[in-house]
Amino acid sequence: MVRSGSCEAAASVRLPTGVACETQQVMGDKNMRGPAFLESLEAAVPGGVVGTNLEAIDPWVEVAPAAVADVCRWLHDSPETGFDSLQCITAVDWFEPDPKKAAKAGWDPHLELVYHLWSTRARVSLVLKTKLPRWKDDQPGVPPEVASVAGIWRTADWHEREVYDLSGVVFVGHPDLRRILCPEDWEGFPLRKDYEMPLDYHGIRGR
Amino acid sequence: MSQVIDDDPRIIEFDVRTDEMLVNMGPQHPSTHGVLRLVLRTDGEIVSEIEPHIGYLHRCAEKIGENISARQFIPYTDRMDYLAGMNMNLGWSLAVEKLMRLQVTEKARHLRVLISEMGRIASHLVGMGAYGLDLGTFSPFLYAFREREKILDLFEEACGARLTYSYITVGGLTADLPPGWLERCEAFLEQFEPIIREYHALLTTNAIFVKRTAGIGVLSPDMAINYGCSGPVLRGSGVDQDMRRDGEPIYTAMYDGYAFEVAVMKDGHYPRDHAYPAVPADAVLGDCWHRFFVRMLEVVQSMDLVRQAIDQYSACKGPLGEPVKVAEKIPAGDVYLETECPKGQMGFYLIGNGSAIPWRVRARSSSFSNLSVLAELCHGCLIADVPAIVGSLDIVMGEIDR
Repeated sequence: MVRSGSCEAAASVRLPTGVACETQQVMGDKNMRGPAFLESLEAAVPGGVVGTNLEAIDPWVEVAPAAVADVCRWLHDSPETGFDSLQCITAVDWFEPDPKKAAKAGWDPHLELVYHLWSTRARVSLVLKTKLPRWKDDQPGVPPEVASVAGIWRTADWHEREVYDLSGVVFVGHPDLRRILCPEDWEGFPLRKDYEMPLDYHGIRGR
Repeated sequence: MSQVIDDDPRIIEFDVRTDEMLVNMGPQHPSTHGVLRLVLRTDGEIVSEIEPHIGYLHRCAEKIGENISARQFIPYTDRMDYLAGMNMNLGWSLAVEKLMRLQVTEKARHLRVLISEMGRIASHLVGMGAYGLDLGTFSPFLYAFREREKILDLFEEACGARLTYSYITVGGLTADLPPGWLERCEAFLEQFEPIIREYHALLTTNAIFVKRTAGIGVLSPDMAINYGCSGPVLRGSGVDQDMRRDGEPIYTAMYDGYAFEVAVMKDGHYPRDHAYPAVPADAVLGDCWHRFFVRMLEVVQSMDLVRQAIDQYSACKGPLGEPVKVAEKIPAGDVYLETECPKGQMGFYLIGNGSAIPWRVRARSSSFSNLSVLAELCHGCLIADVPAIVGSLDIVMGEIDR
């Protein structure tokens, strides 16, 4: 029987920044693989990386929307990285409907895509982010476009359909982009912050 | 020449040209494990294409999460994988704790291991019993539910609920165990251990069961990884990955001091620390039989972990620690955390903006990715094999549709 250490802590404790929450991230690697990794990514896809945050709890790399497919292809194929698994695609709507709060928000309204990658061989993860406009060409109701990664990881097939369905992002090159959770004739994108539930759906009261 | 063909009944049967037909399975089909609708394009008995339609149980859990505080979201996680509510609670709690940089007490840590591994046993029992049901045998279902009932009784004593527990919560657990609970849990394990042999006799080594599952729905390791499969579906294909060992430090630290071996086939054999039946000759790594068998091994593995947790927990002195307040503010920042739930890796992504209510909540469901591989697995299989393949993925619609 393996015994663990002391059991003295009386209550849950708040940890100082950076303790025990170290994540298994390529970027946060102690043996300096982080900066070297960024350099090789820069070399592989020039102009692809537009920003990084290495101090975040999960350090992330921001990628230009036009370079998403190239960066992902490199991360998947390159033997030194080998991110053979996509865990999750999330769309975050950075929009504050309340104009008073929006003035203090500190960011311009935009849509953010977050890709969580995982390497089953190296057992490390990587977070990619990319910023999109909320609507294509500022025309409300027309979803923005970004390249699909469904050809790289098949996980993305359903995940991109879900993001399209709930957050309204069109993935160019997706084999079968249609709604997945909502009915096919549903209108609007429910996870947008300014979404309003329809008053009526086939005779069912919405609000 | 025709003599040869006549002798093999399969060739004649498959040689009959029939019209293509669309067959609708579900959404109210007993073998689809909830409200899943499958549209099959068939040529005679052979499935040429399968198209899952999901979303019948969509309850906008992510949108709800953007309107309530992080701790208030706990009951909604119960309703994702409703067969393993404890593990869902744990996943969300750890994600929030990761953002808040909170560490629970040792006692709470061991109690969490104890409870979540019991939850894993309960979930795998349903998976096993329902799988028997899919393949046309009723009795394993009753045997499995008999034992699961006892686990639910224990959970009910601990937290008052039998299905939607909300027991593990942000900052610890809602209550400590009642007196005598550990003894009753140990008595359950004592009584449960020999019964696993019965399950193996009923299903694992049953000739009909092996015929229905061995070599059916073979999932290659590369395809499993590419489709984002996880949990027993991934390990059944021989990929050695378990988030309890390989995950992020905040999660693996929970299992510090625990000894367990990941249930995966390595170098042609499974971990040898338990008595288990031999792999049938027809079984191919990655088929339905292996996925089922990994679950059965994990039941034994979880029992062992529960025993270790009982020892560790009873050695802990001091209080359990208080969970955070319901309206506790969460700091700005975003975290993603995957935990090893019975069905696979359940991920929670959470963005805080300094208030009590998260800016964005995202649940990455393991069954969602596990189900997406179905079209690939069912290509060219027989209609009768579709329930066998769906059952072997052990999906829960509550988690897929959220």
